[in-house]
Amino acid sequence: MADTLTPVLSRGWADERSWTREAYEARDGYSALRTALDMAPEEIVALVKDAGLRGRGGAGFPTGMKWSFIPQDTESPGGGNPKYLVVNADESEPGTCKDIPLMMANPHELIEGVVIASLAIRAEQAFVYVRGEVLHVVRRLRAACREAYEAGYLGADVMGSGRRVDLVIHAGAGAYICGEETALLDSLEGRRGQPRLRPPFPAVEGLYASPTVINNVESIASVPAIVRGGVDWFGSMGTEKSKGFTLYSLSGHVKRPGQYEAPLGITLRELLDLGGGLRDGAELKFWTPGGSSTPILTAEHLDVPLDYEGVGAAGSMLGTKALQVFDQTTSVVRCVLRWTEFYKHESCGKCTPCREGTWWLVQVLQRLDAGQGREGDVELLLDLCDNILGRSFCALGDGATSPITSAIQHFRDEFEAGMHTPSAELFPPAASTLFAAEVSA
Amino acid sequence: MSHDVTPPIDEATTAELRELMGRYPQARSALLPMLHLVQAVQGSVTSEGIETCAELLGLTTAEVSGVATFYTMYKRRTMGTHLVGVCTNTLCAVMGGDAIFERLSDHLDVGNDETTADGQVTLERIECNAACDYAPVLTVNWEFLDRQTPESAVDLVDRLRAGEPVQASRGATITSWRDAERVLAGFEDGRADEGPSAGDASLAGLRIAQERGWSAPPIPTVADSETADEVARSKETAEAEADTRRAEDETVAEESAADVKGGGSADG
Repeated sequence: MADTLTPVLSRGWADERSWTREAYEARDGYSALRTALDMAPEEIVALVKDAGLRGRGGAGFPTGMKWSFIPQDTESPGGGNPKYLVVNADESEPGTCKDIPLMMANPHELIEGVVIASLAIRAEQAFVYVRGEVLHVVRRLRAACREAYEAGYLGADVMGSGRRVDLVIHAGAGAYICGEETALLDSLEGRRGQPRLRPPFPAVEGLYASPTVINNVESIASVPAIVRGGVDWFGSMGTEKSKGFTLYSLSGHVKRPGQYEAPLGITLRELLDLGGGLRDGAELKFWTPGGSSTPILTAEHLDVPLDYEGVGAAGSMLGTKALQVFDQTTSVVRCVLRWTEFYKHESCGKCTPCREGTWWLVQVLQRLDAGQGREGDVELLLDLCDNILGRSFCALGDGATSPITSAIQHFRDEFEAGMHTPSAELFPPAASTLFAAEVSA
Repeated sequence: MSHDVTPPIDEATTAELRELMGRYPQARSALLPMLHLVQAVQGSVTSEGIETCAELLGLTTAEVSGVATFYTMYKRRTMGTHLVGVCTNTLCAVMGGDAIFERLSDHLDVGNDETTADGQVTLERIECNAACDYAPVLTVNWEFLDRQTPESAVDLVDRLRAGEPVQASRGATITSWRDAERVLAGFEDGRADEGPSAGDASLAGLRIAQERGWSAPPIPTVADSETADEVARSKETAEAEADTRRAEDETVAEESAADVKGGGSADG
């Protein structure tokens, strides 16, 4: 049984100048790359596959399996083209805040993972697509990339192996949709970030219509540890189908919000306990397990194991493990409206159900929030959601419906109250703030 | 005030635009960085900037405009020296972001996406900036200012307008929006070593683990021959498995309902 918290990715974050190559090397940094250079590419793929690493960006797809989809046989479609690795560092899902601190404090672990993953899929060119709105993270990534070139971890002859891996740090320009992998690829090609129809899948026709792996920051940064520790070590943390360590991000009405790196399967009750509990006088009202696109849960779900299966069985998704915690002072209608405004703003406009549907959702929610809802508005919201869910190229529209349908499921009364009373009257916003003098029920 | 005259895109800038193009296997991939550089030089995405990018990349100006107007970080109006962003996405809004925005808007006498009369500050509502454990959060030129209050925010903008040095919570000394855009375009400014490794919230779990003596299990010694055998066996079967399982697995993956966006959540 592993310890309650298992810092691996975050183990060096408190070290002096932890972001530098020198500091990373002092904590075994780039030792995994040496090991990986002695392995055949298929061996690295098999190792990650056997370890059971699943994508940490939300969907939980097995990382090693994704790598194995890259055609390496020149006879198969795309097999003769260059291969690309693209790291999705466009962390933008509301509530999600794990990759940014990782890249700020520990960019070299990501870069070591990039080189190893590139070797595994035989890519000579990799990219980190980082959202543009995080200046200091971009600085640290560029500096780490430069340092890695200087030390020979990147470049035409990685550590004298004769293998080439080049890396470009690419800053985006403010578009949530670019976290969707095919939109990200279009954006990286210098276009509007709009999702592509699949098939063809990126593994065959991704960047520049060539085989491409797109992985989340945390997934790639977990690879060096797997190479260092091996399959059994990784599997000694986590649950049967959700193996390993991961970053849980606690935010909202808790005493000690922050990053908690634990084996998969920890519960919110345990995390809240570590986080000092809710603020004084507060009771848990609702929470997201993995960002705003994952259906909200309530106090009855405090003991759900936070792994892919556990949260799925509770009717939500593990997502990005972004645990946004709201107490009893919070209006669920206000929150759902704000999230919906976000989806409306970020809808790329390609698919009608999402583009038009999010617009209509906002209008209905605005009047409910203002206490001017009409008879039948709750049914109208559900009907709109039904017409958006599953009807667009990508999952943005689906995500937009999650907070609405789940909130109505758990707090229908509050939406009904929106037909006569403004949310701000039922739940004065001042009481929810960090600087509220005291929590009033 | 200092940016009233828009500098032209001169030869030095054109050379840097070409340098960005040279960093990618296909030059058009440099378009986003190029537009960041245009903003760094000219204070917004100007018509001249669009024409220059189009000419260099062999695109039409309509194609470049189509890209420039898609992304919220590209501005078509000249910006203030500093871009102050207030996160008003749900969590920050609830934790006080709405109150902060309201106070700043009153204090500066500007609305969303407007610039103060002295040209110092452009105020903007921003979406979730991946710092929820530091809510409510402000950004100045895309540097973090954590756990703000209406009072601290007013003090912050007053210091910015007075030209006093301001230190980001997890970042460098605040420069200017244009200087930030230059870094985003792809040119280092030598400030990566400023600021801390992490803020207190980033270290919350690590500190508890250190106090209680918790850690990941020890890494086994390398000379474990069984592991080596296992890897060898996996190698033999890996290719065959990949071939037979590819089609069906990929279909399942791409259709996953959890294939949501943001935060790299398309990591299917």
